[in-house]
Amino acid sequence: MSSLLVGGYRRGTTLIHRIPAGPKLGLLAVFGVATVVVPGVWAAVGFLGVSIALVVWVRMPWRSTLRALRPLLFAVVIVTAFQVWQRGWETAIDVVAGLLASIIAALVFTATTAIDSMLDAITRGLGPFRRFGVNPEKVALAFSLVVRAIPGILEIAHETRAAAKARGLERNPRALLVPMAIRTVAQAYDTGAALHARGIADD
Amino acid sequence: MTRTIQLDEVTVSVSTPNGDLVLLHPTTTTLSERRIALIGSNGSGKSTFARLLNGLIEPTGGTVRVNGLDTQDDGAGVRRQVGFVFTNPDAQLVMPTCIEDVALSLRRSIKNKKARLARAQQILEEFGLGDKADTTVHALSGGQKQMLALAGVLATDPRFVVADEPTTLLDLRNTQLVADRLFGLEQQLVLVTHDLELAQRCDRAIVIDDARIAFDGDPTDAVTFYRKLVGA
Repeated sequence: MSSLLVGGYRRGTTLIHRIPAGPKLGLLAVFGVATVVVPGVWAAVGFLGVSIALVVWVRMPWRSTLRALRPLLFAVVIVTAFQVWQRGWETAIDVVAGLLASIIAALVFTATTAIDSMLDAITRGLGPFRRFGVNPEKVALAFSLVVRAIPGILEIAHETRAAAKARGLERNPRALLVPMAIRTVAQAYDTGAALHARGIADD
Repeated sequence: MTRTIQLDEVTVSVSTPNGDLVLLHPTTTTLSERRIALIGSNGSGKSTFARLLNGLIEPTGGTVRVNGLDTQDDGAGVRRQVGFVFTNPDAQLVMPTCIEDVALSLRRSIKNKKARLARAQQILEEFGLGDKADTTVHALSGGQKQMLALAGVLATDPRFVVADEPTTLLDLRNTQLVADRLFGLEQQLVLVTHDLELAQRCDRAIVIDDARIAFDGDPTDAVTFYRKLVGA
């Protein structure tokens, strides 16, 4: 997940890279809806073809793209099996191709959009809500903190597991979960202090 | 430009189930030298002292004034003047990529995004991280992370830099790099450190022991005092 969310962005100059984040997100939403609404196996396969063409166009490295898709393998197998059993091959291909098409399109989005542009888009999009007391900058910052926190928490998880292992406690869930929870909260406090120190929470 | 931090009868205590725990006994001092070192044992109150200087900790009694601004009345104003570098850069770096982290510090001062990113790139280059702009923060080495944290702090152009053991997690070479950078700053520096060699490069050193200032003066004398204090 972390590589999918964070390491995904690569600088580029294709049209897809240059579309502003807001409209691009809109296009992604339209594409996602279309894969569901437009009926037929051929349409679904077509959508999948389009999303793969996008991957080629923006020159996403194949290996990391496949790695990002790997966690989905399980879900794809289950959904395919279920659809084949319930409705037959055609529906299975329709559903699964549509699913993969929208996920790959989403990957293309993260690979071609810098987090900073994303934050700007969120800030702009939430602008009208300012009068209801929403502070768009803070919401955008919260988003980026979430994105940043995921690999951080994974790192803490790895370290706690290693520490538990070193003491021969790898089968003890308490030795894994308790320190992980405590360290995650401690990290959150530190991050809060750091944001404060940088004057980011002040305005 | 005046550069003075004034502590007036400052105390810090926290209440615990066993009564009040004093983190800093009444302290009055003026920090106006260009490089000031804070040394002392673990748990002596160095970090508390350092965090008082930019309002991260507010005094329980007394006042801390940075160029006349009270840290309790105008914490935000104080933090605009006092940059803070933490021991662990992981907590300080909040954005996914290097350039975005520096750009975050610039959000207030440069509204135009293109100009902001250009300035961030320029700052990264000054810190020898020019080629790391789009690298994720996680892929950096410890030394590079601390350099990036420092870049993020200096991007806001503070007048003071308070650094809480910035080299404790670093190897010798990176310690040297980060220290040289800190000592090369035009800003006034307050450096909390266990590295006595670094302390001796300062203009003034304060030894903190048992939540109070135990020695204050010439760094060489301060180090001698500190060594005697711990019996080494």
